[in-house]
Amino acid sequence: MRLELVNPRRIEAAAVGAVMVREWTVFTRFWRTRTFSAVVEPVVMLLAFGFGFGKLVSTVAGIPYLQFVGTGIVATAVLFSAVFSAMFDSLYKRRYQRVYDAMLATPVDVDEIVTGEMLFLGIRAGVYGVAPLLVAFAFGLPPAPAMVLVPVVGVLTGIGFAGLGMLFAALATTFDGLSYVISGVVTPLFLLAGSFFPLTRMPEWLRIAAYGNPLFHCVELVRDCAFGLHAGADLVHGGALALFALIAWRLAIWRTRARLIA
Amino acid sequence: MSASEVVAPSRGPAIRLANIVKRFAEVTAVDHLDLEVPAGACFGLLGPNGAGKSTTMRMLTGQAVANSGEVEVLGYRLPGESKLARARTGVCPQESNLDIDLTVREVLEVFARLCRVSAGRLGAAVEDALRLAGLKERADHRTASLSGGMQRRLLIARALIHQPELVLLDEPTVGLDPQVRQEIWALIVALRERGHTVLMSTHYIEEAERLADNVAIMSHGRVVAEGSPADLVRVHAGREVLDVYGSRQALAELESRAKSDGLTTRRSGPALTVLHADGLDTRFDGGRRRPATLEDVFVLLTGEYVE
Repeated sequence: MRLELVNPRRIEAAAVGAVMVREWTVFTRFWRTRTFSAVVEPVVMLLAFGFGFGKLVSTVAGIPYLQFVGTGIVATAVLFSAVFSAMFDSLYKRRYQRVYDAMLATPVDVDEIVTGEMLFLGIRAGVYGVAPLLVAFAFGLPPAPAMVLVPVVGVLTGIGFAGLGMLFAALATTFDGLSYVISGVVTPLFLLAGSFFPLTRMPEWLRIAAYGNPLFHCVELVRDCAFGLHAGADLVHGGALALFALIAWRLAIWRTRARLIA
Repeated sequence: MSASEVVAPSRGPAIRLANIVKRFAEVTAVDHLDLEVPAGACFGLLGPNGAGKSTTMRMLTGQAVANSGEVEVLGYRLPGESKLARARTGVCPQESNLDIDLTVREVLEVFARLCRVSAGRLGAAVEDALRLAGLKERADHRTASLSGGMQRRLLIARALIHQPELVLLDEPTVGLDPQVRQEIWALIVALRERGHTVLMSTHYIEEAERLADNVAIMSHGRVVAEGSPADLVRVHAGREVLDVYGSRQALAELESRAKSDGLTTRRSGPALTVLHADGLDTRFDGGRRRPATLEDVFVLLTGEYVE
């Protein structure tokens, strides 16, 4: 091999790419089941909320409720796709299959493993996040040019949540331990993002707390892509998502390294 | 480079460990270990379970970091330059860590990429590895469907996908039946003949005796003896040993007599073995003489029975 291509002091694209190729190869084996659950679940939610609550609430801030939920559930699809895969797959690979041990015997470092997996899951989550939007189109959501940015928002959000999932996987020692994360972290994030109901009617402290929820920023950005961009606010939302991804990335690397390198 | 080409050995030792200490909480797994593996050699790290062999192997890939001491692999200082060392090292782990959902070919392709085999060489590297592992017929089968022996051959072929100079084999035949063990031994002999430096940890005496040019016997995290198997036997056990069977009391008396005569003994189950028995006088008659083996040395130095 060409040793001049190996740099021990930085994250290398070739190593990250190789990790992503591994993820892709495994994905090709399971893409039907993974795609089914990642797409069908949010779509079922969309239809249930859209047609259920939609009978009680016709519009929210002038937006038909089904379109309001359709754009909100993009974030849910991204969250579920990224965080669950990252948590469960990463713990499985580390503790039971020891795939990370195998990879660390090659010229690949922990930072490259975490980066490659986060990128792969983020991109996949961005793609899956489009599904509820397509369903919303079928139910009357008018296409808007800025909607082409929705997958980008999904990828950025997905990268962050993949990092968060890997962080929790590194902190956990058993699958049971992840139940605390699902109930204590994922569910509150999912409910307090403004996907299903506007946060404007919530108590002030909850509205303030929502700003600390990355999913809220994803929901706001997707809605703005669909119903009209607000440059200043959207830059803040985008910046918040980028900051979240950066922090999750560094924390995931830190804890995963502590688990893998004794 | 094809799998059958000869790898030029590096100059200087392939591995140098100096005064290594590795602790896990209160447990000292490696205790002031010094070890040097010459380039081009097949070197056996022989020791009972818990002697620190696997920890030592993990330190050579940067997966364990020494608390103190110096680790050098192929001239690179670890852990800082571990990635460069790993680019020229292949590792076969003690327990399978194959991707069980992938096929044999996919596993090799993924590892070829992880090891930076160029796109132009990738197909040939995978074919070479399949041939080496004898798994061409099973290339498109999932690894989970392979027998234990096939999985081990695949692990070795996977370790060689980028034609490394140094190959680390951690207990390469543990848990395998005798026939499969012979197959793996043939693979290891082929590696040595091709000029790879091989460091193999094992607790099978026969494996070390048959395959290794040099052996380091480890016990409680330290190297307690090192040399070629023949030299180790000659120095520590002599040409012949004497196995004496008898009552516990008779053996205790014999042991005491041997010690007072300056002879080394070891207990071996129901018998007492007197080492360096060549030319012993008739006071020790009644036992069975046999050529000394590495097992005698191993048990003497580690105090462990062997499998």
